[in-house]
Amino acid sequence: MLDSLSTRLQAIFDKLGGRGRLSEENIQEALREVRVALLEADVNFKVVRAFVDRVRTRAVGQDVLVSLTPAQQVVKVVHGELVELLGGSGHRLAMASHPPTVIMLMGLQGSGKTTTAAKLARLYTKQGQHPLLAAADTQRPAAMEQLRTLGAQVGVPVTGAPGQTPLEICRAAREEAAARGLTPLILDTAGRLHIDEALLGELQAIRREVAPHHVLLVVDAMTGQDAVTVADRFNQAVGIDAVILTKLDGDSRGGAALSVRHVTGRPIAFVGVGEKTDALEPFHPDRLASRILGMGDVLSLVEKAQAVVDQTKAEELARKLREDSFSLEDFREQLKQLRQMGPLDQILGMLPFGKMLKGAPKDLDGESAELGRFDAIIGSMTPGERRNPEVINGSRRQRIARGSGTSVQDVNRLLKQYAQLRKVMKQFKGMEGKLPRLKNLPGFPTPRG
Amino acid sequence: MKFLSGLGDRLREGLRRSQEYLAGGLGAVLETDRPIDDALLEELEELLIAADLGAALAADFTNRAREEVMFGTVTRAGQLRPLFRRFLVDMLSPAAQPLNLDHRPAVVLLLGVNGSGKTTTAAKLASSLKGSGKRVLLAAADTFRAAAIEQLKRWGERIDVEVIRQAAGSDPGAVVFDAVKAATARALDVLIVDTAGRLHTKTNLMDELVKLRRVIERQLPGAPHETLMVLDAPTGQNGFAQARVFHEAIALTGVCLTKLDGTAKGGIVVRIVRELKVPVKLIGLGERVEDLQTFDPQAFVDALVGEA
Repeated sequence: MLDSLSTRLQAIFDKLGGRGRLSEENIQEALREVRVALLEADVNFKVVRAFVDRVRTRAVGQDVLVSLTPAQQVVKVVHGELVELLGGSGHRLAMASHPPTVIMLMGLQGSGKTTTAAKLARLYTKQGQHPLLAAADTQRPAAMEQLRTLGAQVGVPVTGAPGQTPLEICRAAREEAAARGLTPLILDTAGRLHIDEALLGELQAIRREVAPHHVLLVVDAMTGQDAVTVADRFNQAVGIDAVILTKLDGDSRGGAALSVRHVTGRPIAFVGVGEKTDALEPFHPDRLASRILGMGDVLSLVEKAQAVVDQTKAEELARKLREDSFSLEDFREQLKQLRQMGPLDQILGMLPFGKMLKGAPKDLDGESAELGRFDAIIGSMTPGERRNPEVINGSRRQRIARGSGTSVQDVNRLLKQYAQLRKVMKQFKGMEGKLPRLKNLPGFPTPRG
Repeated sequence: MKFLSGLGDRLREGLRRSQEYLAGGLGAVLETDRPIDDALLEELEELLIAADLGAALAADFTNRAREEVMFGTVTRAGQLRPLFRRFLVDMLSPAAQPLNLDHRPAVVLLLGVNGSGKTTTAAKLASSLKGSGKRVLLAAADTFRAAAIEQLKRWGERIDVEVIRQAAGSDPGAVVFDAVKAATARALDVLIVDTAGRLHTKTNLMDELVKLRRVIERQLPGAPHETLMVLDAPTGQNGFAQARVFHEAIALTGVCLTKLDGTAKGGIVVRIVRELKVPVKLIGLGERVEDLQTFDPQAFVDALVGEA
């Protein structure tokens, strides 16, 4: 996603020229871009409208910080507002003073309730609890078998038998949990439409008679504009205490979360990030805000990069790139800086175009140990070899391998990756104008020196 | 085929329901005699966005309307609806194509992200085709999700269609191999293959899908005759990314749009049709077997922008 919001905003402000203060006039066009970005991220249009008004009020009159461009300033305001609206992180489901704590899951068909139920059970097991799963989906064929299979996988008992109504199953499950001292009790209900009055009535009855402490709406992160209607109807009819956002391991921008939050005011408790039963994580509003804006986790990446990268060295590298005199010595310097920033795949994952980068020099996406080996290999080269790797022939390779305690294959791999990196960097050089953010990375000139 | 007809009414019925929930639908904007100004056009644009057409496509339609206004061909708000209808129907008409089942056996491969409705669609399609006199076989190639095989088996019992299956966790390629062999040996009309849900971003799962396709093709050259992506109507802009990636990996012959009985309208298919030229072959309007229908652009557009 090269066409990220920051890039587009940068273009607007470049065109407008001038800087200093954000005014009603100069942010008008910027806010239009913000609107489009949010709509493309599937935030409901009414929520977008309210949000943009809020950002306008907040941004107008602000002095642009010395260290930021006006575009970055707007992104900062937008990002900050999004984080605030998405709510705090680490919402915990409070345990009831009289066990069992009862958690009810509800949502549309295919949103991921059954899988989420198993994931929650596993999570609580890890925390030392002894949960009970109740299979109250009597609609979908084999839904009960599915929960039973998943329950066996995570080592949590599953209750509920065919022939009973969902209400009977939930009621019996509560008694069973109390009798066996199991908590929390997790109720997996059938998927249903938010306009199906009869089936909503069933949920109301369960809520009334089994009195769950937490009613959770399970929402697919890929949901579009309809998320507001769904959340609103479930909230009106049954009441929502918190939200679980599923399937965030795809590449959807997840704007539905903001819509749901806006109409229900309820916190997002967890996010589902995979098919396996351990793929449930606490919710991080800042990460989702970046994702909605199509930014990757650029903000924290820039912070990390700035903390680590020596500015003068970066400029020196940039010059060498321009002059195409990027030597193995420079490569080593880059590796050192990258290592200081953290695991490489994590760094790449934070970039909005990280996937593309990962695809280019595939082997670069390796472990830190590999980087350490590379450091040793380059250390065993003569200064001449580092400047001019073309001279490294077979016997030199053997010597370098011996000197660094590695193998000739390792040396070959390093040289191959160095060549690949040079190639990729040449491509990036051509794209520099389109990727202003990249300038903050090691090896690229920062904007306005 | 019987299930190809009489769908417009059911679609409209489903959509009338959804319109009650659409705060001030297109009708409310366009019914009036109000003059066309920027505020009106903006409301129109938002209504298209609300139907998940996407910001770019909505802006495009609105600009075309603006041009018509400039040329003076349209002067009142009420005239905009037929205009929008025509834009959309023109765009979607080439997308209304019947299933290609003129082979024996014809192989239909269903794929899509998790929870889009593949298994239910497989069963409904099997039942429809059986109802129109075809001899049908189902293959349970979702060996990953817990009890997915059991789910299809139950459906098979309910609609009286045989399901080829193996144990959970087995190689889906082997299931498909057996199924194609059985369908060919018995000279059946249609084989419907239900696959595991997979996000289009998971490279290994996409590779597995390509392999499944190859297994079918090697055994039966020319097959699969239909490669349908099952997409649920509540899906937003990510539906386009799904279609694009699946199309690049495995060459889709169509989309099956499910869960149109809710309040979501599935507007993302407009973009899929326009940019990828992938037709819409089936739509799902409810939980009953007869709720699987062929795609009628007129009825679909009526649902998006209100009836003419």
